[in-house]
Amino acid sequence: MKAICFNFEIHQPFRLKRYRFFDIGKDHYYFDDFLNEDIVTRVAHNSYIPACETLLRMIEQNEGRFCCSIAVSGLAFEQFEHYVPELLELLDRLHKTGCVEFVAQPFSYGLSSLVDSEEFAAQIAATASILRNRFGIEPKIVRNTELIYFDDIAPQLVELGFKGVLTEGAKHILGWKSPDYVYTAASAPKLKVLMRNRKLSNDIAERFGDTSWPDFPLTADKYIDWIAATPQDEQIINVFLNMETFGDLHPGNTGIFQFLEALPRFAYERGIEFITPSQAVAKIKPVGEISINHPISSAGEESDTSAWLGNSLQNEAFDKLYAQAERVRECSNRALKRDFQYLQACDHFFYMNTRNPGFSPYETPFAAFTNYMNVLADFEMRVKEEFPSQIGNEELNSLLLTIRNQGAEIETLNKELASMRKSVEQYNIEHVKRDELKAKAEPAEKAPKKAKAPKKAVAGKTAAAKKKSEK
Amino acid sequence: MFGWEFPPHILGGLGTASYGLTRGMWECGDMDITFVIPKPYGDEDRSFAHIIGNSQVPVAWRDVDRDYVDARIGKLMPPDLYFRLRDHIYADFNYMRTNDLGCIEFSGKYPSNLLEEINNYSITAGVIARTLDFDIIHSHDWLTYPAGIHAKQVTGKPLVIHVHATEYDRSRGKPNPTVYGIERDGMIHADHIITVSNLTRQTVIDHYGVDPAKVTTVHNAVVPLSPELLNVENLRQTKEKIVTFLGRITMQKGPEYFVEAAAKVLRNCSNVRFVMAGSGDMMDKMIQLAAERGISDRFHFPGFQKGKQVYEMLKASDVYIMPSVSEPFGISPLEAMQMGVPSIISKQSGCAEILTNVIKTDYWDIDAMADAIHAIITYPALYKQLREDGLKEVAQITWDKAGRKVIDIYNKVLGR
Repeated sequence: MKAICFNFEIHQPFRLKRYRFFDIGKDHYYFDDFLNEDIVTRVAHNSYIPACETLLRMIEQNEGRFCCSIAVSGLAFEQFEHYVPELLELLDRLHKTGCVEFVAQPFSYGLSSLVDSEEFAAQIAATASILRNRFGIEPKIVRNTELIYFDDIAPQLVELGFKGVLTEGAKHILGWKSPDYVYTAASAPKLKVLMRNRKLSNDIAERFGDTSWPDFPLTADKYIDWIAATPQDEQIINVFLNMETFGDLHPGNTGIFQFLEALPRFAYERGIEFITPSQAVAKIKPVGEISINHPISSAGEESDTSAWLGNSLQNEAFDKLYAQAERVRECSNRALKRDFQYLQACDHFFYMNTRNPGFSPYETPFAAFTNYMNVLADFEMRVKEEFPSQIGNEELNSLLLTIRNQGAEIETLNKELASMRKSVEQYNIEHVKRDELKAKAEPAEKAPKKAKAPKKAVAGKTAAAKKKSEK
Repeated sequence: MFGWEFPPHILGGLGTASYGLTRGMWECGDMDITFVIPKPYGDEDRSFAHIIGNSQVPVAWRDVDRDYVDARIGKLMPPDLYFRLRDHIYADFNYMRTNDLGCIEFSGKYPSNLLEEINNYSITAGVIARTLDFDIIHSHDWLTYPAGIHAKQVTGKPLVIHVHATEYDRSRGKPNPTVYGIERDGMIHADHIITVSNLTRQTVIDHYGVDPAKVTTVHNAVVPLSPELLNVENLRQTKEKIVTFLGRITMQKGPEYFVEAAAKVLRNCSNVRFVMAGSGDMMDKMIQLAAERGISDRFHFPGFQKGKQVYEMLKASDVYIMPSVSEPFGISPLEAMQMGVPSIISKQSGCAEILTNVIKTDYWDIDAMADAIHAIITYPALYKQLREDGLKEVAQITWDKAGRKVIDIYNKVLGR
């Protein structure tokens, strides 16, 4: 049996307003509320709402046979609360059908997994807590920002309680392998890896409305045919898409919603089912492990992180931002913590891309960088103010480092202590046992000795007797 | 080709562009180019074009012998050519002020009797056109349009005019009617018009009423700098950042916006100095404005820079700025990029159409300009990115590509 595993990504960043350098130190609000409201409501009405309604219809029409998964970033949740609460109600309804799995992802849709595992864990936990509060669920599957994944984060994800992770079916990783199987993570065999089928996902995401594409127009019939034509033993087709694909990237009048809605009918005709990532991880047997040394992502031909960290502008902004992470975590100023979340969104770095600039609210990547750095300069000042001024920067850093090191040291010492205790106990037990054994063995040993001694004596006597008799 | 300036004796961007383009076309091969300028000095690079000076073209018959000609103008023009030209004098110009060789004197600059010099240029061009054999006429800028028209009428050969600037750019929208008239006349008589940017193309179409089909944009380029210029000594004495404006201090170049932006930057930063190098009719006003804003201690006016000084100035700069109100092309930001200096240019300049690794702002948006200056001097990553990618980008903007486009236009005009 073949199954299609759908995942729909919903994310909206808080875009920055035009922030001049003379605002540094004077203006502490960084976000363009009008632009954000405009974009969020527009995309919601063009895309998210009709798409969710379509999914709802698909579930109802197929009486629960159709299922899929959705990932929503924390920033998107927050903006929906402000601007389009009706969308959240729709998500509630989708959740109530029991056919939609919600997948965890970093709250800010940021890149913390690349540099700061502590921040990454906090980010995932923040989204998980939204899902818990809103839907009462404990997510078992995680999808990192833009499907970024590499070996180092796998053990951490297992520790956070995840059973599966979604990532890109990057060509340079898979080689001759197919993404249409379940894999396990090489660095954490408990974690299952689902890899996006790049071709079939991009047929919808990139090519659906492309009239110059030889396969235009793409129909549900044709699409399911392609899936049915994959080798028999390939069991899972992972189609991971941004929700904006429906209605925003490809406007509703291209027929993309009808295309989506028609998929189940043609799928069932050919014996193809739908599956959620959790079900896939539970039901489908993994075929092997997959090892990914360098981070992969869904962005671009390269499938790496160069879309966000490909030039010196991006790296500079990124380093400066995460240099603040430790201190922001230490402080208790909520506004500061919130701004830190908002500034982490990977979109800000994407706007600074000089090689192939994509959609951006800025005219040039340089404008994006300048604006972001100005904001960051003000943010840094605010972070500094949170800490007593008499403590110098480096001093504070070293203190923080000491505290952290001490924490780590205490932990290792505790561990050591525990293991020592264990070994001492073991030793004691062994000691007691040995004593018992000794106690048992001693009388037994003594007895033969006693027996031997007379024997020797007897022998000696006999020998002596012999000698005597010889004499 | 009819031109007004030619390196090394140049006064503005026109000479640099004419030289680069001619050389670029020559590099494309199979071109025989004659370049006419008012007054050659003999030190021009003649490896790729024949240079004829109007000041050596006889318009009145003088009975001189070969040796005399050779002694007088031999280093500027072969005597044979002089005699060939003398054979094609088409009217008696003895009433004009001519010298012992029957030639008219030219200043080769922009003198107060410029219109008279333009007329004389046209008269001598008539002699040249009757003497030489050529396929096409190419006139650079309005000064030589009358000569181009003359040559076209005499020979019937097609005329291409090259618009490096228009009177609208120079006057911020209040053109001198005489100049406008000469420009429009040239455009009407031209078989094809080449503009240095789409901005200029639009001006030509909108303000001169020219058929858009007749106007094509060929963006300017730059000649790679010699190692000598690239490695000029860095004269910077201070650790402070330096922001430089280089160019004529005239209305067209928007110097007042630079002063205002500098004042904004200085309100928040202290480790920066501003330099406005050049001269022009607005210089005194600018000095006064800087004083009014209270920034004279950090705003410097070193005056007109020439030759190597320009590159020394760039070498010592951290930011180059060109806030032109209306710039047909603007070659100087490209030179700054060649020297590895990040540039801020106005969106109203033609070079903004082809450059990506620069910061573009509206000329009136002094907030954006100040922000851009601050960003480049404060965030090293931005400086580095603009510098490195700028160098790469500008290395790709070469004259042979522009030359190829011009040759294509020639072929189209000639129906080949």
